[in-house]
Amino acid sequence: MSFKKIQGTAATFIFMLLSVWAGGAAAEMGVNFPEPAAEVARDIYNVHMLTMKIGTIIMVILFAFLLYSLYFHRKSRGYGADQTFHETWFARWAWVLVPTLVLSVDLTIANTAEKTLERIWNVPKDKDKNMLDVKVIGHQWWWEFQYPAQGITVESRFVPKEKTDDLYLRDVDHQLVLPTGRNIRFLHTSMDVNHIFWVPELAVKKDAIAGYVTETWVNLDREGVFRGQCAELCGTWHSRMPIVVASVSPEKFDVWVNEQKQIKLAAAAEATASKDWTKEELLDKGHGLYDTKCGACHQVTGMGLPPAFPALKGSKIATGLVTDHLKVVLNGRPGTAMVSWSMLNDLEIAAIVTYERNAWGNNTGDVVKPADVKSAR
Amino acid sequence: MNTSAHGQQAYYIPDPSPWPVIAMLSIFSIMVGTALAINGVGIGRWVMVAGFLLLITMFYGWFGTVISESLSDCYNAQVDRTFRQAMAWFISSEVFFFLCFFGALFYLRNIAMPWLGGEGYLAATHDLYNQFVAQWPSAGPKGEAFTPMGAWGIPAINTLILLSSGVTVTVAHWGLKEGNRQKLIWGLVATVTLGLLFVVLQAVEYRHAYHELNLTLKSGVYGSTFFMLTGFHGFHVTLGSIMLIAILGRAIRGHFSPHNHFAFEAVAWYWHFVDVVWLGLFIFVYWM
Amino acid sequence: MSTATLDGHAHENHGPGHGLKRWLYSTNHKDIGTMYLIFALVMLFLGGASAMLMRAELFMPGLQLLEPDLYNNLVTNHALVMVFGAVMPAAAGLANWMIPLMIGAPDMALPRLNNMSFWMLPAAAVMLVLSFIVPFFPGGGTQINTGWTLYPPLSVQVGMSMDFLIFTVHLLGISSILAAINIIVTIFNMRAPGVKLVGMPVFVWAWLVTAFLLILIMPVLAGGVTMLLFDRHFGTSFFNAAGGGDPVLFQHLFWFFGHPEVYVLLLPSFGVLASVIPTFSRKPLFGYPSTIGAMIALGSIGMVVWAHHQYTIGMSLGAVTYFMVGTILISIPVGLMVFNFIATMWRGAMTFETPMLFAVGILFMFIFGGLTGVMLAVVPADMQYHHSMFVVAHFHYVLMPGAVFGLFAAVFYWLPKWTGHMYDEKLAKIFFWTNVISFNVTFFPQHFLGLAGMPRRVVDYSPIFTDFNMLSSIASFVFGLSHLLLLYIIIKTIRGGQPASAKVWEGAKGLEWELPSPPPFHSWTTPPQLAR
Ligand code: HEA
Ligand code: HEA
Ligand code: CUA
Ligand SMILES: [Cu+2]
Repeated sequence: MSFKKIQGTAATFIFMLLSVWAGGAAAEMGVNFPEPAAEVARDIYNVHMLTMKIGTIIMVILFAFLLYSLYFHRKSRGYGADQTFHETWFARWAWVLVPTLVLSVDLTIANTAEKTLERIWNVPKDKDKNMLDVKVIGHQWWWEFQYPAQGITVESRFVPKEKTDDLYLRDVDHQLVLPTGRNIRFLHTSMDVNHIFWVPELAVKKDAIAGYVTETWVNLDREGVFRGQCAELCGTWHSRMPIVVASVSPEKFDVWVNEQKQIKLAAAAEATASKDWTKEELLDKGHGLYDTKCGACHQVTGMGLPPAFPALKGSKIATGLVTDHLKVVLNGRPGTAMVSWSMLNDLEIAAIVTYERNAWGNNTGDVVKPADVKSAR
Repeated sequence: MNTSAHGQQAYYIPDPSPWPVIAMLSIFSIMVGTALAINGVGIGRWVMVAGFLLLITMFYGWFGTVISESLSDCYNAQVDRTFRQAMAWFISSEVFFFLCFFGALFYLRNIAMPWLGGEGYLAATHDLYNQFVAQWPSAGPKGEAFTPMGAWGIPAINTLILLSSGVTVTVAHWGLKEGNRQKLIWGLVATVTLGLLFVVLQAVEYRHAYHELNLTLKSGVYGSTFFMLTGFHGFHVTLGSIMLIAILGRAIRGHFSPHNHFAFEAVAWYWHFVDVVWLGLFIFVYWM
Repeated sequence: MSTATLDGHAHENHGPGHGLKRWLYSTNHKDIGTMYLIFALVMLFLGGASAMLMRAELFMPGLQLLEPDLYNNLVTNHALVMVFGAVMPAAAGLANWMIPLMIGAPDMALPRLNNMSFWMLPAAAVMLVLSFIVPFFPGGGTQINTGWTLYPPLSVQVGMSMDFLIFTVHLLGISSILAAINIIVTIFNMRAPGVKLVGMPVFVWAWLVTAFLLILIMPVLAGGVTMLLFDRHFGTSFFNAAGGGDPVLFQHLFWFFGHPEVYVLLLPSFGVLASVIPTFSRKPLFGYPSTIGAMIALGSIGMVVWAHHQYTIGMSLGAVTYFMVGTILISIPVGLMVFNFIATMWRGAMTFETPMLFAVGILFMFIFGGLTGVMLAVVPADMQYHHSMFVVAHFHYVLMPGAVFGLFAAVFYWLPKWTGHMYDEKLAKIFFWTNVISFNVTFFPQHFLGLAGMPRRVVDYSPIFTDFNMLSSIASFVFGLSHLLLLYIIIKTIRGGQPASAKVWEGAKGLEWELPSPPPFHSWTTPPQLAR
């Protein structure tokens, strides 16, 4: 066995490792954070680059010593061990010298980080009357974004692969639209388990904790579409909770807000209108609603994912009594992943239930009217 | 028996023994049984019971072996030190188990509760529960009303009981060291009686909580921390009492000598530990 | 100094028992150590097999092999099996085998308790496997899809398998606490006359600190999962805001255990390095007192920085600042140890047998992994890294080199002592190189994935992450297969080979090398005479 050869291989290998690392430090390779889109995100980016550089330098220095020693202090080169090295003055004081050195590097890192930290942590809520509040509410497995001052709610769900090839798992049906140049405060909470709101360009990651409200803030400084994902394991479809932020100019944002208000008014009008809905209309509406709201768990095929998510196709509930079916949808099933859907309006629930009772061969022929839902509430 | 530091007698290495494996089997069946039982699987209960029976057999067998080894002078001073140190570290680990629950109480009461009530760093949380007033004792924003347990009824009496049992066990120890058997035995009898009295009073208190105060495990964080802390403590008192009874039996049979009575001391330490935990409970759970 | 004369018990002449009873009823530290080590090896393969399945699923985007819940069940199982099944028992096996030899003790202080600590582990393993397979039976509820951190409320949603897991944790806790007590008492009370505390091999010190950590942290984990059990079944509200509880409380309890736990994994392996590096550098450890001091400091600081795993939960500025500074300061003791190791090599007369190769490899890779740890510790930057693949890369870089490679080094270092045979040096070197290279190719790309925005614990990912994931998966299969070579080498060595001398390694120092290889069934029935 030739030691020389092994040493040679070792050296090449370590060199390779180093060069890959140096490559990693270069942002252009697309292996680093994406270009930040807010001031705090830029600060965070800089802190990241700083610690990475410090780390690389320390590593290079230590590796240089190691390699030198590995090459020269070998028995095969006839080097005799220095049996007094651990008794020199250096050895006696190393326990002071090394920690002092490390401490000073540590404090440098901590000190720079501290300034950025304060800026991220101090939400400028008292100073800024113009601040835009956005409530970020995690659900299994979709995001709800509320704009309390504007009275708008956006429901954001993942888009299946067929509809969005390249952006699979990074695309949603309704984006979170935010204006540039304005302080935005996010208020995070969750309706079920913990989730985490993470959009790399915004950088401020925060937990959405069931029953508690946490805060973060950003001030977007460029327009664009930024894609992120839920970053806390939240159960089966944790991988399917993308977040897409559309950062737009304040003017466009106002236009968008007005649009949303109109849509909301129209939906409310439709639901309360004393129109007599036909089976076809309900089925059509129900199909769309089912696929977005219920499909994640019960699957668009109605087959579910047992045992966690029972099939609706041929199930007792979906083919049994209408009142039982409504009860489950309205109240949920405590102790399971089935939540209450009572936040939907009567029309929506009527449409979904009608659809579930007639799709996938559940040909009950039942038509559930909004009025039925109203009386079941 | 030689007690010099560098003992003449070799360190006792026991022969192969079946008890450790039996201990494993018993604990394993208790746990599998419990896991099944709390999920409503029928046989779980019986697996659990079998496990407990095995556990009792194991304790009987294992400690029986140790006692007979001890009586036949297998143990030198070094073995005695081993036992003492091991017991001390075991109690330390128990201390950390309780600290975990005390820590939870502290966190829930002094950190999380203000947030729910709209103070402190996560004050925004209050938006979710704008009716809620954070005041300990509390069952949380959605909990049912209940009456907290006062400190000056049974709990105060129980404090006295446990404190005096600490004294009686020390008296018994003096008796043992002086070679005064009467003092040893009656000290132990008093300690056991006090311990059992404590457990009974605790049961009365729980009954009172469930029936008159509507204070149950389900009474939010107050109920959770109250019953978990006092419950685990009560469980330890029960264990301690059983150990004391065993020690009493051995004392009556004359197993202990003024110089060699590790088992007695181990149980006494354990008893003092239970005592100290109670003081913590009395102060932080009942009183403050 | 007196020599021991045996009394009438005549326990010096019973050799190993026969058949199954030898192992089931054992009170012999070497037999128990062997069982620990074999158990750990089996668990390494079990945990590795789940990792292989995970990597196969992550080979490309989309759902190919595994349902999402099954994937996360495997993640949970992988982590728990590796941490509690492979690394900790292996380290405990080393402790059992080596501590009595190193301090001149006839056995562990409490031999029967020792056997019980071990046998709790197979019970825990059965329980863990049950928790994995129960959901596949009718009425078995849902799978454990929480990851090894078991955060509520998700863990409250899970079906009955979670209860099995909770009890697994209890069994593991009992095992670790009893083992830790035994080790502490052995070290304090069983040293041969003349073996001073300061002066013991660093490996023994490392285990002393580890054992203290275990005694302090395992009960807290047990308490935490007990609260979880009560929340799940008995209506308590520890982790439920409606009743005034807080899900984050569980995270605090878990990480109060979890962070010291990573040093429990690290320290025994660092202890091994402190034996291996001087042996093959042919000169004494540089800075013996400061290495021990650093270990104690590491354990102490390690106890109070747990919340660096939870920077994003919404902690006040004061709290995050404290946890950030505390965590960064850990680089001081670790840096000192690493420095001492390098200085031991410096001006030594090194040779590179397999244990030394692993030791050198550890230094390179652990320094790197530790430095990414410091990057994670910086709160603003962790706002990005948290829960991304970057974290996964970090902890495999510290866990594999820091803990597992240290154990490999130990196995090669002491295998001749244990079996009396030399292992096949050539095969072992091949193992080292395939292992280390494929390890780096597996986990290095994961840093990039994390920085580019791929979260961890996802069964499926966006096509933009495909390339690095494919690379990682392919390398991981090589990495996995390379362990078959390890298995082969170990079996071959046990069955035969060139006989090993008592001292085995030219530069080896210490009491364990004064006994023949393999050592007699009862090691130091007569305490060794220390002339020094
Ligand atoms: C053996 C295991 C091990 C070890 C040793 C470490 C060591 C360290 N770890 Fe790691 N860590 C894990 C295992 C380990 N970790 C695991 C399993 C997780 C994930 C758990 C989960 O979420 O599932 C994790 C996650 C984790 C996080 C949370 C990330 C997140 O989820 O957001 C953080 C954050 O601070 C962190 C930090 C550190 C630090 C600062 C060290 C330090 O101890 C490192 C110290 C070492 C060095 C610094 C290198 C040597 C020193 C020098 C060369 C001196 C010079 C250095 C400087 C001046 C800086 N680790
Ligand atoms: C000591 C601890 C330890 C060790 C040794 C390992 C070893 C490995 N780990 Fe693990 N890992 C963790 C601790 C550990 N891990 C932890 C704590 C987590 C976090 C879990 C969580 O998020 O909750 C984690 C998570 C984790 C993930 C992230 C999952 C996710 O977030 O989605 C991945 C993915 O690549 C991974 C991969 C691997 C691989 C490839 C190995 C390899 O080293 C494995 C080596 C392989 C073998 C030993 C296999 C031997 C078997 C054979 C050779 C049989 C032949 C079979 C085939 C080839 C199919 N691990
Ligand atoms: Cu929501 Cu992960
Ligand atoms: Cu940590």
